[in-house]
Amino acid sequence: MIRGLILMVLAMLAAPLAAQDSLPPAPYAYKQLDDPAQEKTAQDLMMTLRCLTCQSQSIADSDAPMAGDMRHQVRTRIAEGEDPEAIRAWLIERYGDWVSYQPQVTAMTWPLFAAPIVLLLFAALIARKRFGRARATGDKS
Amino acid sequence: MKHWAIWLPLALFGVLFAVFATGLIAPADRTIASQMIGKPLPQFDLPQAVPDRPALARTNFTDGKPKLLNVFASWCVPCIAEAPYLQQLADAGVEINGVAIRDRSPDVQQFLARNGNPYARIGADDVSKIQFDLGSSGVPETFVIDGQGMIRYQHIGDIRPEHVPMILQKLKEAQ
Repeated sequence: MIRGLILMVLAMLAAPLAAQDSLPPAPYAYKQLDDPAQEKTAQDLMMTLRCLTCQSQSIADSDAPMAGDMRHQVRTRIAEGEDPEAIRAWLIERYGDWVSYQPQVTAMTWPLFAAPIVLLLFAALIARKRFGRARATGDKS
Repeated sequence: MKHWAIWLPLALFGVLFAVFATGLIAPADRTIASQMIGKPLPQFDLPQAVPDRPALARTNFTDGKPKLLNVFASWCVPCIAEAPYLQQLADAGVEINGVAIRDRSPDVQQFLARNGNPYARIGADDVSKIQFDLGSSGVPETFVIDGQGMIRYQHIGDIRPEHVPMILQKLKEAQ
């Protein structure tokens, strides 16, 4: 029991073997921009960019070193006055649509946008048929 | 309720089961291929990573000879595994230019002393900028660059013995 506990504590203290880089994070990985408006723009963009290492997280959420480096890119480019959509386009050009959490309407994705409209129209059609018929029979009796 | 409809939940379960089973047995490929293949290498100019190898810039890729651009790091375990095969490629006369990602010079020197140094030039990139330029999402990755500075091929992950002839072939095609 005691030995088990000691082993557990030791295991918690041990440094991971496949350690990641020893370099400190990029300057703007965790540091916000001085201008709150610019920081807000950067933050909004970072929330919609996918982390390349932890693929289900946005770069705003991820602590992966590469996500930190991506935040650094986003913040420095925003600080230089670059348009957020231009930064998104720059990344999409390199990694594909995949890197953006904001889907664009393309030849492949249009059904995603069309489906809700089609379903609503379909539902309206069915509803009209049903209620229309009910009223028609109601009138007769 | 129609008679056949009582089978609907079971059928639905069957469909869901099949979806989950295929996801478990054959998970989707999560590697991110670069969209930069066939496009020119973006502009970059990196400082020297170690004293005994010159620094690396885009202009080093436009002398007419196809080369390899290898992104690596001393903290990257698969990079140790691919070191001997990079050496094999270097021995076959391939010029390999390396970029050390998020690394300290003493660490890189130690890494090269231990695992061999197949690189002609090594640049240091402390903020992974070159990776975003190349559409690379991890280390190690190796790119075939032709003599005009065009990106021709991306190899994701470590180079294993079976990849060496293929990469030599890609370099020949890039000539």
